[in-house]
Amino acid sequence: MLAKRIIPCLDVDHGRVKKGVNFVHLTDVGDPVAIAAAYEKQGADELVFLDITATNEKRPAIVDTIEKVAGQVFMPLTVGGGIHSVDDMQRLLKAGADKVAVNSAAVRDPSLISEGAEKFGAQCIVLAIDSKWDPEKQRYTVYVNGGREATDLDVIEWAKQGVAAGAGELMVTSMDKDGTKSGFDIPLYQALTAAVRVPIIASGGCGKISDFNDVFKQTDVDAALAASVFHFGEFTIPDVKAALKQDGVTVR
Amino acid sequence: MIAIIAYDTGNTRNVKKAMDFLSIPNTLSADSGVISNADGLILPGVGAFGKAVEALKERELIPVIKQAAKKGTPILGICLGMQLLFDRSFEFGETAGLGLIPGEVVAIPENLGVKVPHMGWDQNQVTQSDPIANGFDQQSTYFVHSYYVKTQPQYILAESDYGVKIPSIVRNQNVIGMQFHPEKSGRIGLNGLAAFKELVSNGNYSRN
Repeated sequence: MLAKRIIPCLDVDHGRVKKGVNFVHLTDVGDPVAIAAAYEKQGADELVFLDITATNEKRPAIVDTIEKVAGQVFMPLTVGGGIHSVDDMQRLLKAGADKVAVNSAAVRDPSLISEGAEKFGAQCIVLAIDSKWDPEKQRYTVYVNGGREATDLDVIEWAKQGVAAGAGELMVTSMDKDGTKSGFDIPLYQALTAAVRVPIIASGGCGKISDFNDVFKQTDVDAALAASVFHFGEFTIPDVKAALKQDGVTVR
Repeated sequence: MIAIIAYDTGNTRNVKKAMDFLSIPNTLSADSGVISNADGLILPGVGAFGKAVEALKERELIPVIKQAAKKGTPILGICLGMQLLFDRSFEFGETAGLGLIPGEVVAIPENLGVKVPHMGWDQNQVTQSDPIANGFDQQSTYFVHSYYVKTQPQYILAESDYGVKIPSIVRNQNVIGMQFHPEKSGRIGLNGLAAFKELVSNGNYSRN
């Protein structure tokens, strides 16, 4: 039985972890290598690095970051943010990333998913989707450009398309829940897991330990991602895993 | 010196990074001289079986690896590299492998209610005590694969239950395979690489 994965997400800006991480004493709270090592020690199952560097010319910074982290921390690493081409993917995978996550660029050109999957294998290609419920249309709508711009895509349909194109995993962020700390978006993940067979990472809304129990007990997602609750030490990954274990959820 | 066989596959550099981290002398090479003279070999691999066999053929490495196996050089195949050690695979049609361990590579059945690929952390149960495998008993390691090996129990050191029993560590004398990625499985995985290094340093596993 596969263990359900707990994944901290790090926002990386010009090679530095933005806002820093304060759950343990680090001499440099923004150092990606030190933070990754600390999370590995806590028992994180995977790390997601989101490159939020605004300008394209600074992109090599994330490649350098991954190169350094992959030399010191031996766990699966996923990188997202600003991936526009198969060349971008290749640079990151070569640096030590195990998976790359595509979002807006894949909406503009879905062949990015199929080309990446063909070249590196479906297991390397994560389709990241930003989802927001549209009460008028009674459906989830795909947003791009960091959630600033609505598309006419339905999240469930886009997920199916992405999987058909070769995405090996979906990382779906609920914009309705993100930042609210009111728990993961259960209906969204129930709909997604019913629609596709690839692993799904739930993201957005986590505020307390029992939110993890709820998303794993009430939906068939494979992983749950969180940022601030871990970074600011509100609770730890061992806390989450102990609670899940008690509830009969398989964890590492 | 342990040679990591470089043949255009995904995870070679991550295997090298793990070996470097452990301060184990190693080199990435596709050179037949270097591979023939190495004390130990690591055959990494990510991707499709047929393509990997083709890449090894292009570099004329198949006879070199077989020869090394025959003279007793410890060989560790990782993920697809483990699958390549067997007789044949049925991924995208039938392809012959290296034939260093009897058995074949087949698809994980999709009708078991499990997701394919088998991707994530899964637990190992040791089925035969062995210095290579013992550290992995009841420990989780990181798997990413859609095909698995069917072989005789005598070659299986550990397995993982995913609807079917997936051989996760296999061994035929000096030839060893790990279906998971030790280079991505934290301290437990690194310990496995260190155990292989021990075998390279101490072992004499020549075939009779």
